Amino acid sequence: MIHTLQQIFHSGKFKLGFAIFTSLLAFIFIYPIFIPEAPLAILGQGTFFPPGIYVNVYDSLDTSKYIINQEGAAKRRIANKLSEDDRVAIKEYLVAAGVDESRIDITNTDELLQQWKATFDPKRSIKGFTNAKRNYYIRLNTALQSLYSTGPAIIAVNDPETNTLLESKKVTVTEYVNVNEVPTVRIFPLGTDNFGRDMLTELVAATKTSLQIGFIAGLIATLIGLTLGLLAGYIGGFVDDIINFISNLFIVIPPFVLLVLISFSIGQEQRGASTVAAVIGFTSWVWTARAVRSQVISLRNRDHVNLSKLSGHSIPHIILTDILPYIASYVIMAMILQISSGILAEASLSILGLGPKTTEVPTLGLMMNWAMIYQAQLQGNWWAYFPVLAVIALIAFSMNLMNTGLDQVFNPSLRD
Amino acid sequence: MFQPLEHGCTLKKGDEALKGYRKYFLNKLFWFLLTFVAAFLLNFILPRLMPGDPVAVITQKVATGMQSQAAVQAVYQQYAEQFGTNKPLHEQFLLYVTNVFKGNFGTSFSQFPRPVSEIIKASLGWTLALQFPAIIFGWIVGNLLGALAAYLKGTFDKFVMPVSIFISNLPAFGMAVILLVVFAVNLRWFPTSGGYGFDMIPSLRWDFVRSVIHHYQLPFWSIVLIMIGGQAIGMRSMAIYELNADYVKYSRFMGIKDQKIIGYVFRNAMLPQVTGLALSIGTMVGGALIAEIIFSYPGLGTTMLSGIMGQDYPLISAVTLIITLMTLFANFAIEIIYGIIDPRIKAAQSD
Repeated sequence: MIHTLQQIFHSGKFKLGFAIFTSLLAFIFIYPIFIPEAPLAILGQGTFFPPGIYVNVYDSLDTSKYIINQEGAAKRRIANKLSEDDRVAIKEYLVAAGVDESRIDITNTDELLQQWKATFDPKRSIKGFTNAKRNYYIRLNTALQSLYSTGPAIIAVNDPETNTLLESKKVTVTEYVNVNEVPTVRIFPLGTDNFGRDMLTELVAATKTSLQIGFIAGLIATLIGLTLGLLAGYIGGFVDDIINFISNLFIVIPPFVLLVLISFSIGQEQRGASTVAAVIGFTSWVWTARAVRSQVISLRNRDHVNLSKLSGHSIPHIILTDILPYIASYVIMAMILQISSGILAEASLSILGLGPKTTEVPTLGLMMNWAMIYQAQLQGNWWAYFPVLAVIALIAFSMNLMNTGLDQVFNPSLRD
Repeated sequence: MFQPLEHGCTLKKGDEALKGYRKYFLNKLFWFLLTFVAAFLLNFILPRLMPGDPVAVITQKVATGMQSQAAVQAVYQQYAEQFGTNKPLHEQFLLYVTNVFKGNFGTSFSQFPRPVSEIIKASLGWTLALQFPAIIFGWIVGNLLGALAAYLKGTFDKFVMPVSIFISNLPAFGMAVILLVVFAVNLRWFPTSGGYGFDMIPSLRWDFVRSVIHHYQLPFWSIVLIMIGGQAIGMRSMAIYELNADYVKYSRFMGIKDQKIIGYVFRNAMLPQVTGLALSIGTMVGGALIAEIIFSYPGLGTTMLSGIMGQDYPLISAVTLIITLMTLFANFAIEIIYGIIDPRIKAAQSD
């Protein structure tokens, strides 16, 4: 046993897969200890906040101020204030006003604004522009002029008696606060999702549920496959014919279709994570059954099995002591693959809207489904789907590597 | 004297092979028909295992908002008649099968009063035109790459293998999302969704065809890339196994040209790959249907999604049946081709 384990951990592929998988597992279990938040708690009001550090504006006004004279700060401020749409609009005006298009570079803020100042004339009417558009450019011009103002911004409070605004604070352009001193800071390392939930917390919880689903599905599939395979292979005859018949049917009928039909029949209300896992398990045992059957057939007439038979051992005893140990490695490998394909099956079902009930737990598939429904992929909100995909791929990749590693240890002819 | 004997011999051999093949064909046909019936049975039974009265559930969905009790009762009667739930089970099954063969899948709930068969007809062609070429093309390229990696070894192998392993671990929808984001959203080379420009009416005009081809690229390549990854890995290990076989060493000793040996090796290595295709085509179609959804491609996958979203039971049932039958046919076709290209099948059957 120890020797086998040593051999397994000699395989580079297995080691890499094992390392990836255990670090994923470790992260899943350690993260909730430090951030014990409910994974589905809705924090943000609005959809898809980008990843970053969120500093409370209200509290940062009361935090002690530091004056820092930073070179280029003004330039960056102006560049940031000028939105992409404004730049395109400016270019459109400049081209219409007769500026050579090749001389306009909308990424160069300084030059663009200079060109704008030189060309824009509120009284001039340009052919093809509607009145509304002319007014838009006049508004844009006023906004652009205020870009250069360096005076302080004034914070005012409303006096309830006189109903007038009272100046309470002034904020100049060179004032800074230290993030560490602001009492209310929230970090969203992966942003928020479409419901305003912390993506990282949700992702950790989802990975855990998905692994559980995969594990339950893999366990059920392996148990069914193992039992049927052993029965078919060892007993043979009529039992073998029947089991073979059933598994031949299940091989050709796509498991995907069965999954969809069963999940839909169960209905949204009854579909918890464990139900989905069980359904996946019950539809994916065929391969294990087939493989176990052929292995058992080749073992059935070995000497040690015959000896056991002659000694009058019962069938369960023979199967447990003389056959199972020989196919154990194979069954474990099959189960690893079942787990990873179970996770993928859950993801596919959830994208179709047939995943686990949505109010209880997040799963990787459900997160993918939410991101797709809210069109994160079209709006460039990569943090809503890319980490999910990466986790799915990492799980599948690590399990496949472990499986290949085991395969090479137990089937020496495959070593390259 | 010698010549006719030889001739007679081959004739007899050919005859036997034909007989063997017929046996193989009949065996496969038998299994095909059996799974055909089983597919119908499953599609029929599974929804009827739903807890409670399915017709009552359906009526409830259709009749939400109806005030008069009599109207609800009428709707219930109509569906009970259509599904025949007031008859014994075997009669229901016969009714179901005859309806399907007449092309009558009932009326869609979510796109009322469109008949389901019409919706299916509109989307089936898109799915066939997308998945059939993509799976075949991906299979061929994947096998070529895998064989080359096994034969050339070295840098080519070191490059193809890790890439293939990584790609084949991505789910089909993952590849679809990545292609969509990179080539449609960021680079804007291809449209993000649909089967043709939203401002067009299907016709055989040149700009429509061009738009269809343009929209076809991303879904096509997302399926092809996944296929290539999986097939290349399988073909590589098969080819390595065959390259080390005794007959290769023997042929080399005999001084047979390398090219000729390679031809045999790849023919032998390809056979398990054909079986593999037959066995895994169901899974592939499932994955490709999800990829369709990501691109809102107007095929069966998207139709199924809208059916599920609209709790449209007749539509879902019809789509799953069509998908099962499609896979059954594909599987049968591959098995028949396999019987033709593998000489061992004929030999085994005629023994």
